[in-house]
Amino acid sequence: MGIIKKIQYNCREATYLIEKRQHVRLTIKERLHLVIHLSGCSVCRLFQRQSRMINRVVKRMFADAAADERKLDDDVKREMQDRINERL
Amino acid sequence: MAKIAVLDPRQWVSLHADYLYSYAVARLDDEEQARDLVQETFLAALERTGQFRGNSSERTWLTAILKHKIIDVYRKRNSGLANRGSLQQEVDRAPDQEFFEADNGHWKEAYAPQALGIESEDPLVNKELTGILQLCLKKLPALWFSVFTMKHMDEAATEMICDQLKLTQGNFWVIIHRAKLNLRACIQKAWM
Repeated sequence: MGIIKKIQYNCREATYLIEKRQHVRLTIKERLHLVIHLSGCSVCRLFQRQSRMINRVVKRMFADAAADERKLDDDVKREMQDRINERL
Repeated sequence: MAKIAVLDPRQWVSLHADYLYSYAVARLDDEEQARDLVQETFLAALERTGQFRGNSSERTWLTAILKHKIIDVYRKRNSGLANRGSLQQEVDRAPDQEFFEADNGHWKEAYAPQALGIESEDPLVNKELTGILQLCLKKLPALWFSVFTMKHMDEAATEMICDQLKLTQGNFWVIIHRAKLNLRACIQKAWM
């Protein structure tokens, strides 16, 4: 199998690079690999869109978790503050 | 004029306990452990009030201490993998064999992503999707969950994560890749 064909078939490598690219800059070789692969693979293009969407949802999820606070019981809080005060 | 923050431990619980607790629950998915860590954070903070410089807010400073405690928990959860043999095993176990053909790396037909109809939709408003994602995150192995959480939720530097969890960069990207493959497949399964 020629090198281009190998790249075109290798969705495992392509999805790996799709993940890596969302965090760091790829090398020229890696970028070339990905461009060649994605130009012919609609399944990996779909994977890329879904992967990015998941990252956005994850990010949002944790921003929301910080925004709508959970509440500790008053008893637990009182105990916490007591333990702090003991040490002051 | 820049406001210089001062510490007021007598107000810590009423001002910051709920925030720190929410922060910890989101990252640990364990309410009891989260509660303990908040308490430990306050006590640890008391012992190092001298290190507070006043250039960050009290809350930011407390959160940084809590974050270190969370990483400690991750490390403990992963301690079963601490020896290289089992970590390498974990990385080599190749759950991506499940997704791709062994010889050429092509998607296996049964595992190829399918359009879910939500790719271009604004996911920010999609509560149902968030619920599914939370369930799917819980299914990830502990090490993957730690790596994924640290990378995505805190935008922590790769070097820091590798250092804290004793991973090579190569293993780090393998884990990020596998975590995403599994998450995506889990979402597709639940969504369709």
